[in-house]
Amino acid sequence: MSVSVRKTYKLYVGGKFPRSESGRVYQPAGNTAMNVARASRKDLRDAVPAARKGLATWSGSAAYLRGQILYRLAEMLESRRDAMLQELRLGGATPAAAKRELETAIDLTVWYAGLCDKVESLLGSQNAVQGPFFNFTTVEPTGVIGVLAAPESPLVGTLALALPVLAGGNAVVALVSEAAPFAGLALGEVCASSDVPAGAINLLSGRRDELALQFAEHRDIDGLLIGGAPDAALSAAAADNVKRVRYCDLPRAAWGRVEQLRQLAWVEPFVEAKTLWHPVAP
Amino acid sequence: MSSSPIKPDFRVPPVDAVALETRAADLATRSIKKHAKERGLKLVVAMIDLTTLEGQDSPGKVRHLCSKAATPLPRREDVPSCAAVCVYPDLVSVAAQAVAGTGVQVASVATGFPAGRTDRRTKLREVALAVQAGASEIDMVIDRGAFLAGRDRAVYDEIRAVKDACGEAHLKVILETGELGTYDNVRRASHVAMLAGADFIKTSTGKISPASTRPTVLLMLEAARDHFLETGRMVGVKAAGGIRTAKDALRYLVLVNETCGDSWMSPDWFRFGASSLLNDVLMQLEKLRTGRYQRPTDFSRD
Repeated sequence: MSVSVRKTYKLYVGGKFPRSESGRVYQPAGNTAMNVARASRKDLRDAVPAARKGLATWSGSAAYLRGQILYRLAEMLESRRDAMLQELRLGGATPAAAKRELETAIDLTVWYAGLCDKVESLLGSQNAVQGPFFNFTTVEPTGVIGVLAAPESPLVGTLALALPVLAGGNAVVALVSEAAPFAGLALGEVCASSDVPAGAINLLSGRRDELALQFAEHRDIDGLLIGGAPDAALSAAAADNVKRVRYCDLPRAAWGRVEQLRQLAWVEPFVEAKTLWHPVAP
Repeated sequence: MSSSPIKPDFRVPPVDAVALETRAADLATRSIKKHAKERGLKLVVAMIDLTTLEGQDSPGKVRHLCSKAATPLPRREDVPSCAAVCVYPDLVSVAAQAVAGTGVQVASVATGFPAGRTDRRTKLREVALAVQAGASEIDMVIDRGAFLAGRDRAVYDEIRAVKDACGEAHLKVILETGELGTYDNVRRASHVAMLAGADFIKTSTGKISPASTRPTVLLMLEAARDHFLETGRMVGVKAAGGIRTAKDALRYLVLVNETCGDSWMSPDWFRFGASSLLNDVLMQLEKLRTGRYQRPTDFSRD
C-alpha cells in the first residue's frame, strides 16, 4: 500500500527549510491546490544574517573549491532530473519546454562552475606603473547580494542570476519567481545536497511587489541583481544606502538561450577591486 | 569581620523546575511593538553594564568603551547613557578618568575573577585597591567550591568581608549559575548572597556556558522579591553573559516587570552585563526611527 504525500513548498534560509514566520501562504496562479510560503519582510530580515554566515564560509573557500561545488550542483540537478521536470511542469511548462529549461539550467551551472577560478584572472590585472613596483589589482566578493529572479522562466530566471553572484564569491538572498515558484524553491533541495555551505544561497518566495522595495532598503544587503526592466523607485531606495544595482532586462526568448546567459558582466558589478603595490627587490 | 553574631537561616523553598521554565517561556511570548518597544529598548541601553573582560584589554579599548557607554549613539540625544562600564581591576583608573563627569559608573570585577580561587586576603586587597582606584561598583564571585561542598556559612562570611572592604561601593555578587547545577542551588545561593548584604545578585561571569538563562533570572528575581517582602530591603539583579539580541533583552524586561513590578524597572535595580547586546539594541532603535533594517558595520565595533 502506498500513500501519496504532498510537498509543502517552504523557504530555504541558512541551510534549513522554514515556513514563513508570518505563517502566510499563497497559491501561485492556476495552482489552487498548492500552498507556497509567502515570505514577509521579517523572513528577509532573518535571511540576511544567515547569508552573512554563509558568506564567511563561501568567500573563505578557495575559488577552485567553489567551482567544484557548483559543478556538484549541476550533477545534482542532473540526478534529480525527473523531480525538477515535475516542478517545472507545475509552473505551467509543457514537457518539451520543461526539458529545454532544465538543460539550459544544467549547462549554465557547469559554465559558471568553470568560471569560478577564472574570475580573478579575467577581472583582476597586473598594472604597469612608473617606479620600481609590482602593481596588481585583485578582486574580492562584495558581500550579501539580493537577487530578484526574472519572471520569464521559473528555474533559469533564478539560477542565471544567482550563479554569477556566487561565482564572484558572494552570498545570495534570492526571491524566486512569484507566478511559478516551485522549481526555484526546489533549487534549495539541490543546494542542500551539493556541499553549498548553509546560508550561501537563500531562497524566498512571495509577492515581488511586497518584497522588492525591502530588498532595496535593507542596509545590510550590499548589492542587487534584478531580473526585469529598470525600476526608478527601487533604484532610488537602493541609492539611499549606496547599494549597487544591476538590471538584467533581456527579451523573453533570451532566457532560454544559454549563450546569452553566460555573462561575465553580471559577475563584475559584485566584486570589489583591490590594488596592491609591492616593491621590486633591488 | 568574618562572622556575625546571629546565626543566619539559609533555608529556601524548593523550586519547581518545570513550572519555572514554563513561566519563563510563557512570558517570552509577549509581543512588544512600536512605542512600548522603543521605550523598552532605551531602558535596556540605560541598564547595560558595558563589559570588556579579556586578557587583551588595553587602556585604548577601555577608553573607547567608556565613550561609547557615555554616548552610545552620538547622533541621537534621546538615547540614554549606559549604566556602567565593567573592567578588570588594573584598568579601573583608566575607566574612572574616561567617564568622569558623564554619570556612567565604573564597575570592576574582583576577588580572583572568574574562578575566585585565590586566598581571602588577596581577594580583600584586590577589592580595596579597585575601590581606591575609582570603582563605584564591585562584581565579586562567590566561592563555588565551598558552596557546592555545602559550606554556605563560608560563602556568607566571605561576602560579608568583601562588602566591608567595598565601603561606599555597590557590591554585586556573581553566583555563576552555570556551575551551580540545580535551580535549588541558585535559589539558595541568591538567598545567602542577599542575607550577606549584596546590593545586586548577578548570574554569571560570562566565562562559563550556560551563562544567563531566562528561567535562572526569573528565579533570582523571585528570590529578590521574596527577600524584599521578608526584610523590606531591595536587592538588584544583573543578568550577564549570552544576551546578544534586543529581542532577548526585552524578554528579560518582561520577567522583571511581571515578577518584581515597576519599582525594579530601573538601572538601579536591574542590569544587563553585555557587550555585543548594545549594538543590536542601537540597530533596532535606528530601525524604528528609519523603518529600514540596519547594517551592523554602521555601528562602532567594541
